[in-house]
Amino acid sequence: MYTASDLRKGLKVIIDGEPYIVTAFEFSKPGKGQALYRTKLRNMITGLTIDRTYREGETFEPASLEERAMQFLYKEGDHYHFMDNETYEQIIISEESLGDAKNFLIENFNVEVLLFGERAIGVELPNFVNLRVIKTEPWMRGDTSRADFKPATLETGYMLRVPPFIEEGELITVDTRTGEFSKRVKE
Amino acid sequence: MAKNWPLARRKKALQQRARILQGIRQFFIEEGYLEVETPHRIPTPAPESHIEAIASDTWFLHTSPELCMKRLVAAGYDKIFQICRCWRERERGSLHLPEFTLLEWYQTRGDYRSLMEECEDLFRSVARTIGVGQRVIFRGREIDLSEPWERISVKEAFRCYARTSVSNALEKNLFDEIMVQDIEPNLGLERPTFIYDYPAQRGALARLKKEDPTVAERFELYMGGLELANGFSELADSEEQKKRFQAENDNRQSNGKPIYSMPDKFLAELDDMPPSAGIAVGVDRLVMVFLDSETIDEVVAFTPEEL
Repeated sequence: MYTASDLRKGLKVIIDGEPYIVTAFEFSKPGKGQALYRTKLRNMITGLTIDRTYREGETFEPASLEERAMQFLYKEGDHYHFMDNETYEQIIISEESLGDAKNFLIENFNVEVLLFGERAIGVELPNFVNLRVIKTEPWMRGDTSRADFKPATLETGYMLRVPPFIEEGELITVDTRTGEFSKRVKE
Repeated sequence: MAKNWPLARRKKALQQRARILQGIRQFFIEEGYLEVETPHRIPTPAPESHIEAIASDTWFLHTSPELCMKRLVAAGYDKIFQICRCWRERERGSLHLPEFTLLEWYQTRGDYRSLMEECEDLFRSVARTIGVGQRVIFRGREIDLSEPWERISVKEAFRCYARTSVSNALEKNLFDEIMVQDIEPNLGLERPTFIYDYPAQRGALARLKKEDPTVAERFELYMGGLELANGFSELADSEEQKKRFQAENDNRQSNGKPIYSMPDKFLAELDDMPPSAGIAVGVDRLVMVFLDSETIDEVVAFTPEEL
């Protein structure tokens, strides 16, 4: 059992018999009042998102999902094709079900596909993945007027903030839990 | 490149944080306040329904310096301030850290209204010291610090922004939800807002209002929807205080929380306290406002997760 204070982005719980994943989370505690946990939860089957506020002490059943090792093959429209590493069986997961994971998938990448019953409803990524920067503005050395980070686009199309010294073509490590830059990879 | 880039890039924020702390001290020294330090580790916290202390051996890390500072006020220290670390269990979010910095000060011969004025003076003075002027950009709004700040009672705020009355909200146990969802986002948008006169049961250590004992003389300060400070006219009646603590402990017990023992020395000295008012300001959040930060993580050197 989880309690409200365990709620975190990425936590998977059962609500009304269906698996949900926490996609946004805010802890609030208005002056001298009780702790409130405001969440956005995505139904992992339908892809629909709901807003729920929980109070301290409320409990949740964890969504126990079977994980199967698969490889990401390719994307076709909003369909993502994966292959089971053992059976070579191919499956499709919709972009909606993937949620933020779509930002970190490159071809041949190994992931754990999550199954609810026989249905593939999402993927579990490693906490850190290495991805290449395909677009970012050059940095003028000595330019101190600019902010201490700049936008960059990764090979998956995902955009994030990176330190000014990161250049196009470089490989960086991204924290998949926060979607933020973690470090530069030395090649 | 430093290995710990997230820490390296916080340098500007930490430099500005240091200036803000210096600005706060400068203000209180000029106003004739005495800076005090009280123990962080205490035998028992003030029993309050929704504040959890972190145990330290058989004692606790303080959740605020309130009890010790009031004992100083009762012993004749009439203008005191303190900047210290406080701990509250399980408080973590983009606006909360379980270990955070609090500024607390006490004004004797004053009440919550004069305290609001002094709070305005402090913020304006800090803004001048750090050179940001009287217009602060925070959360996409320009918040004007030059007088007068908005003052709205809890009752009026419910009337303006909520679909129900205070008494109805309390009865249905929805007061906190409505505060967070409907009221807070509207407070302090163009200028800082003091929201005042909280329901009596929401001010365990505050004096009740003479003209209307259903409310406590307590206020909260908001800027850009962010709660920054909590202040009140102090209750200086030990018998009444003891009853309130017992009621808070009853609440705790019925919610399955541990009860805290009575702070006996504090209660024994409370009747010596002259009419006074005290306030606590979340320093990390004050820094967030001046730096236009989205999260509290950006204004501290280390979050618990980074240790």
